[in-house]
Amino acid sequence: MTMTIHVDIVSAEASIYSGLAEMVYAPGEMGELGIAPRHAPLVTRLKPGEIRIDTGSEELDFFISGGILEVQPHVVTVLADTAIRADDLDEAKALEAKKRAEEALADKSANIDFAKAQAELAEAAAQLQAISRLRKTR
Amino acid sequence: MAVGKEIKTKIASVQSTQKITRAMEMVAASKMRKTQERVLAARPYAKKMSQVIRHLAQASSEYKHAYLSEREVKRVGIILISSDRGLCGGLNSNLFRKFVKQLKAWDAEGTEVVMAAIGSKGEGFLGRLGGEVLGSVTHLGEAPSIEDLIGVVKTMLKAYDEGKIDRFYIAHNDYVNTMTQQPEIVQLLPVYTEELEEELTHHWDYIYEPDAKDVLDQLLIRYIESLVYQGVLENNACEQAARMVAMKSASDNAGDLIDELQLIYNKARQASITQELSEIVAGAAAV
Repeated sequence: MTMTIHVDIVSAEASIYSGLAEMVYAPGEMGELGIAPRHAPLVTRLKPGEIRIDTGSEELDFFISGGILEVQPHVVTVLADTAIRADDLDEAKALEAKKRAEEALADKSANIDFAKAQAELAEAAAQLQAISRLRKTR
Repeated sequence: MAVGKEIKTKIASVQSTQKITRAMEMVAASKMRKTQERVLAARPYAKKMSQVIRHLAQASSEYKHAYLSEREVKRVGIILISSDRGLCGGLNSNLFRKFVKQLKAWDAEGTEVVMAAIGSKGEGFLGRLGGEVLGSVTHLGEAPSIEDLIGVVKTMLKAYDEGKIDRFYIAHNDYVNTMTQQPEIVQLLPVYTEELEEELTHHWDYIYEPDAKDVLDQLLIRYIESLVYQGVLENNACEQAARMVAMKSASDNAGDLIDELQLIYNKARQASITQELSEIVAGAAAV
């Protein structure tokens, strides 16, 4: 019987693949990797590219836009990124989030107004209470 | 008949309200199932990641990552995760109450707070609250993607990297079951070391490419993002559950109201018939 290794491909949003393979090929940051069963433990970053899984009977392809690969003697785990990532791209998104907040909160004051927040919450609580009271009397 | 005209209209309007709330209840119920599935689908990723981080944290002992080590707390950062839409009972206000309570506790300790918001209800709340808001993102919809969250998480991570905040929290609703949603404040950074300090049975280490530091850097950022993402998903499931319950009770209330109005209407109708009859009888007697 040929030796197999368990492969899991997961992303933050879903589990993409889980099954056995005879060989796994992945685009490592330092070069293409071929992983056979009983490979030494290894962790590497992945470049955008294709992961090929040879199950013996068929060959499966998965495109990933980067991520991390963890290898243990009997398990290969691919932690795939779902988004295209780059430092400057992340930075741009951060700035966008910041800009959004600034636009939405144009007239914000520097200090936290606890009294106002408390009043607001009290009002909401009172509303809920009134509703439940109404419900009971009926 | 002129008698019950107003009551009839009232009944009709309550009925149409009931139709709407009932439709919303059913929509929320079906959405709730989907959001729960999404929460479950996101779990393996974070689980796998925490395993790898645990190994890495133990393996490369000479390199202590800033995300793993505690430092003196002068300022903290918190992301408030809330729903985009209302009509979900006390879900958001319960969370906000807990949030404000925590802010007060920090205020009493002399700890400064910077905030960020996910979801437009929270954004609005922070706007009214005042204070320093680093970033916000809203309208993620029912199927949020991690891509939408990168920006707002990055603003917090950057603040942490630059030493502007010493701890990083998220506040969100935790899905217990359909009837119960628990507001929660969870610490993300520094990553809880107790969780990580599980004894390994035998010593071994990975081969790192390019090196442990780079891998750990990337891994920790993804880990934090996935935790925030999970918070958003949980909150989503809570929102749908809370809306379903709120709409159910609204439909029930509308039903009660209709019954009551119907009773009043019937009484009024009967009274008018009785009156007419007695008028006729009285008229006949007079002749």
